Amino acid sequence: MISAFQRLKDLPSSHILGSGTPMCAGCGGLEALHEIYDIIGEKNVIVNAAGCMTLLSIYPFTPFRGSWLYTAMASAPAGAQGVRDALDILQKKGEIDTAEDLEVLVLTGDGSANGMGLSSTSAAIDRNLDFFYVCYDNEGYGNTGQQYSAATPHAARTATSRGVHGYPGYKKDLFAIWAAHRPEYVATAVGAEPLDLARKIEKAKKMKGPRLIIVLSPCPTGWGYDPQESVEIGRLAVKTGIWPLKEYEDGKVVHTKISRPRLPVEEYLSRQERFQHLFRPQRDEQLLAEIQNRVDAYWQAIEGR
Amino acid sequence: MKRELLTGNRAAALGALLARVDYLPAFPITPQTEIIETIGAWIEDGKMDCRMVTMESEHSMITAAGAAAVTGVRVFSATSSQGLLYGTEMLYTVAGWRAPFVLVNVSRGLSAPITLEPDHNDIMAVRDCGFLQVHCATCQEVLDSMIMAYRLAEDEKVRLPVIVNFDGFYLSFTREPVEVPTPDAVDSFLPPFDPGSIRFRANEPLSEGVAVLGGAAYSYFRYEAHLASEQGIEVFEKIAAEFSDCFGRSYGVLETYKSEDAEFTFVMIGSFATKAKDAVDRLRDVGWSIGLVRPRLLRPFPKEAIAKALKNKKGVAVIDQNLAAGLGGVLYTELSSVLYNQKGAPDVLLSFIGGLGGRDITPEDFYQIAAVTRKAVEDGETPPPRLLYSEEELLEVRKLQSVARAARQTRGGGK
Repeated sequence: MISAFQRLKDLPSSHILGSGTPMCAGCGGLEALHEIYDIIGEKNVIVNAAGCMTLLSIYPFTPFRGSWLYTAMASAPAGAQGVRDALDILQKKGEIDTAEDLEVLVLTGDGSANGMGLSSTSAAIDRNLDFFYVCYDNEGYGNTGQQYSAATPHAARTATSRGVHGYPGYKKDLFAIWAAHRPEYVATAVGAEPLDLARKIEKAKKMKGPRLIIVLSPCPTGWGYDPQESVEIGRLAVKTGIWPLKEYEDGKVVHTKISRPRLPVEEYLSRQERFQHLFRPQRDEQLLAEIQNRVDAYWQAIEGR
Repeated sequence: MKRELLTGNRAAALGALLARVDYLPAFPITPQTEIIETIGAWIEDGKMDCRMVTMESEHSMITAAGAAAVTGVRVFSATSSQGLLYGTEMLYTVAGWRAPFVLVNVSRGLSAPITLEPDHNDIMAVRDCGFLQVHCATCQEVLDSMIMAYRLAEDEKVRLPVIVNFDGFYLSFTREPVEVPTPDAVDSFLPPFDPGSIRFRANEPLSEGVAVLGGAAYSYFRYEAHLASEQGIEVFEKIAAEFSDCFGRSYGVLETYKSEDAEFTFVMIGSFATKAKDAVDRLRDVGWSIGLVRPRLLRPFPKEAIAKALKNKKGVAVIDQNLAAGLGGVLYTELSSVLYNQKGAPDVLLSFIGGLGGRDITPEDFYQIAAVTRKAVEDGETPPPRLLYSEEELLEVRKLQSVARAARQTRGGGK
């Protein structure tokens, strides 16, 4: 399939997601959602779980031209199941036609996706539910003030990992967990790479079955940087190899953008307050080397060198 | 109409079949599982046109049920005990969505200790979630309540989900003769679900369950749901009158049994109320002026009907098959709140707790309850809540404890 999105100017020039939402200035999740919504369109119901983006629809306003259903933190994919099944039943009974049908799109943060929502996601994939899942991953419980979640990267300082070494755990590999279910499609993306994101949405839109995408969502308030740097931070996540852009399809994982040469991880880490303890008052060479080595080892396994 | 011997579970399944349910999100749990197995078999045989999806939890099951109902199909689901509690967050949520569907709860005691046997703590734990509650005492009532519950849930004055509750084992697995109405008769009583404006369609965008800021908007929607629930009383009475015309069986918000002229009254819900009826008959045989009041609707709580039914009674004994730890019986508390400040309120209102985790309430228990109530009236003093328990039962537990102790000592363990 040749993508309609070859150059930046191929991206939609009109934007259909309304502005003036209460998301923070420079929200990388909202940036990605704008890009996704422009391509996926308004003929859908967004089934949301508790997180920052729950505040997109505040009575009586919504930035969406399509529909919205807020569920709870753990069960957005189950809400998608109910809506999808009901629409299928209504079509089978001839009570609605295809013009009235909707795509069902789950929208959750990393807290829900990696934690209490993982069971309902796993089960929705088991049932081969025809749905789209967008996880905006800001690597912590952002809406409550950035406490660490299972998606928090090693060494990141969060509201609940304030020690000198930051978060002791390692970011959960949600991509691999989702892919292990062998769904139709899984991808990672970031709003700062809009062409890559657009192609993935374009591809997934044409498929049926479970299609899941994790968008890294640089978070000025949670990660500690100036909101105007969000795009740059997102690009650096890719250029340093910390956030691999990839997709899973037909049992295979393909990397969609490989940075050569990769920038040192420091260039990404040093721009964020959450990693400042690695640089000040003195450099934590051990932790910096560990993070760099892990990234290098990942890419070595991919590139075979 | 034909008569069949049906378990409570099968009667519930038959209710779903006759109501032409479109969608069943399911999750197995004892003692409810027979319901979803029965429907599953009917779907496979082509007897029922329904989509059944086994979810991975009751939390997801209630979510899917509510989501499908607000998309515009007729939904049924069933659970019990731990499952009901596991889904509780979503019970509140889907009631807030104003998602009209019917959920059966087959009552069973709550862990810990874990048990399969019945009491009402599960259903009492969700009394404030916004679902209407219909409580059944017989298998016939289970079937009839299922059919009426869809009318109640889908009525434009209510538009809230409804729980049809009945006891595990005593009703779920007990066969009773049930009059089964014909599909045509049910069709004319229960028209297809009309979701009105609450439904997801591509050409009519809709936002459901959105956040609100500030107490004014929040209170508005919560009050709306409360007032809609309260309208459930008159709507139920209207539906029950129509049901009686169509099928010849009458259901009030309360069932009263020989209580109109009685000085003393038992009050309880569920299948054990049939035992209370038997006790009433036997006590009347030996000269007692006694009756029974059984609330059928617990939400909305039929306050006026209860106050009326218990007016000028000398003594009322409330028998709770639940235990609110640190307080006592839930039904007792609710009744007290209704009767306080009422003219002609009963002289004494007594609380008895029994029937927990499948424990029987025996005829002797009822006689003793009646005797304690009469004594309280004579003394003019209301004793504290009484926990029904016999010496034999205590002995039985002591025996288990001594077996455990002996076994540990033989193995050379600690004391």
